[in-house]
Amino acid sequence: MKSTLLAGALLAFAAAAGAHAQAIKLADVAELSGGGATVGTNWKNGIDLAIEEINAKGGVLGRKLEVTHADSQSNPGVARAQVQKALDAEPYVLLGPGYSGSVKVTAPLAAEAGIAQIMGGEAAELTQAGNKFLFRTSFGQQSSMPKVAKYIHDEMKAKSVAVVWVNNDFGRGGRDVVVKELERLGCKVVADLSTEAGQADFAADVGKIKAANPDAVFVYLNEEESARILKELKRQGVTAPLMGETTLIGQKVIELAGDAANGARGHVGLTTDAPVDLIKGFRDRFSKKYNYVPDHNGLKGYLAVYMVKATTEKMGKIDSRAFADALHGLTIKAADEPGILMDVTFDANGDIDRQSFLVEVVEGKQVVKQVLPKMK
Amino acid sequence: MSNLFDLLVAGLATGAIYALVAVGFTLLWQTSQTINFAQGEFVMLPAFLMLAAMHVGAPFWLAIILGILLSMILLGLAFKILLVDPMMRHGVLPLAIATMALAIGIKEAVKQFFSAEASPFPSIVPTGDISILGHAVSLQSIGVLVVAILAVFGLTTLLNRTSLGHQMQAAAQNPTVARIIGVPVERMILLTFLINAFLVALASLLITPIYLAKFSSGEVLGQAAFIAAIVGGFNQVRGAIAGGLLIGVLDNLAASYVSTQYRAAVPLVFLIVVILFRPQGLLGRPEERTV
Repeated sequence: MKSTLLAGALLAFAAAAGAHAQAIKLADVAELSGGGATVGTNWKNGIDLAIEEINAKGGVLGRKLEVTHADSQSNPGVARAQVQKALDAEPYVLLGPGYSGSVKVTAPLAAEAGIAQIMGGEAAELTQAGNKFLFRTSFGQQSSMPKVAKYIHDEMKAKSVAVVWVNNDFGRGGRDVVVKELERLGCKVVADLSTEAGQADFAADVGKIKAANPDAVFVYLNEEESARILKELKRQGVTAPLMGETTLIGQKVIELAGDAANGARGHVGLTTDAPVDLIKGFRDRFSKKYNYVPDHNGLKGYLAVYMVKATTEKMGKIDSRAFADALHGLTIKAADEPGILMDVTFDANGDIDRQSFLVEVVEGKQVVKQVLPKMK
Repeated sequence: MSNLFDLLVAGLATGAIYALVAVGFTLLWQTSQTINFAQGEFVMLPAFLMLAAMHVGAPFWLAIILGILLSMILLGLAFKILLVDPMMRHGVLPLAIATMALAIGIKEAVKQFFSAEASPFPSIVPTGDISILGHAVSLQSIGVLVVAILAVFGLTTLLNRTSLGHQMQAAAQNPTVARIIGVPVERMILLTFLINAFLVALASLLITPIYLAKFSSGEVLGQAAFIAAIVGGFNQVRGAIAGGLLIGVLDNLAASYVSTQYRAAVPLVFLIVVILFRPQGLLGRPEERTV
């Protein structure tokens, strides 16, 4: 009797394991609650949408995709524990987290396990530590800042620039790259202003910008602080053109700063407003499924899954160990894999090269003014 | 030089708002020995009450009136009856700690029921510049200064020139004697709570367009106003005004001429110096109450 039971249990276990082996398991760790909830929720929804589409068309190499979502609570410590737990289940590829700080503490775990990690962080240093298993879904600062500096020099024709940045890993990383690039191009940095995260009063900082009288101002702060400084720049009547990154011209900033955001320009790696048909299609499908328009984090999550698909099909086999090697140096063309939305190339560090966009705020709306081509 | 002028104007405008909040601090202390550590959150909350009123369709002017009235009910009347009165008999310290708890409660409630993200807030003063002595000065700064000065002027007139004001002062200086000569001390104390609520609602209306409406924005303000009140003299309304303006200007000058990283430290260093060499504050009198 006992042995029959045991045999039965074994059989059931084998059947369950067999059914599991059919699907390719992905693990996602994202900011589903806490300060980064918007980031993580968009990212997760993007992943779910991509998996639904891929499975509806028969999966990858005939096998369905399956994902488990875990919540990092926007906290690096929790992210680390969740990633460890996810890695213990031996996923094919690890997706997330979205915050650079969380990526920084989890990347060594994935590398040690030999599992590729496709994440949303943008801090420059992430891909500079020689990690062979880490891949971006968007530009790192070392890819975006040269484009920003080039635009300030070539298009804004600025000879002198004021640089305002937020004093944390994100801000300092961006500031270092952009200042170096500006000086290389011959633009003089006439004011180099560090500000604090959460700073409320920018009167003194804007006063310094005014005193330096630059041809252009580069603003690299988080969303709320961006809105505050835009208002203060307007209040003190600074007329120099304003240039930034995604954080200067995001929808939230426009909502907070109102009129003061008009005229601000920014370089954007990914935007659902891009004049690209495949992105418009993505935006429509996403809004239909979730009843809201995604931000760039929705795009990142979606792209992460299609990176898995394209790389696996290129290899022609499902091999977790060989995945990272196959993705290094790979170029995925949107013509071959529409889910990748735009042609993209991954370099040996896991950084990406892709076209990007120059956006200006016109009457409270983001308008794509220019498409900046792929570097190579 | 032009930079210095801009900094002074911006500093005075921020300082005037600190002064409004600091005056409220001193009023509560003088009449009821309440040290209100939730004063910063008291400034944060009215903006959200006004936003809530606008959410349900009230125009901005009506939202302002509703916001101020609601603030006076919640932060004046309810604060006194539900928190200060029951805690007061246990002494100054338990009450101070209770107000710290209240600060956390208000912050978390706003986060819970509104949002953890910042919201935009309309300005009562239009944006734009006017020229003063050849300098372009923003209308917003001028507007903030004018409103704050009018409020302070109104308050000092009330305190010094009216019978009601004299009764309030009597209630603050010597409640026992005041009671004997027929001053309704309890009502006078309640009145100071209502005035404090009005002042913080006004400060909220002035500062929120610049700082944005956010659950955590009271932390900075509360601290600045507290420092301003101590620097100026905790037992003097005019001390709180001077302290507020001084801290506002000092903060801006420090951010510009020292460094942004140390801007928050400079007023604190100044506070320590004042406490060491003039503990009663720049305009304060040595404490006479406890004699």
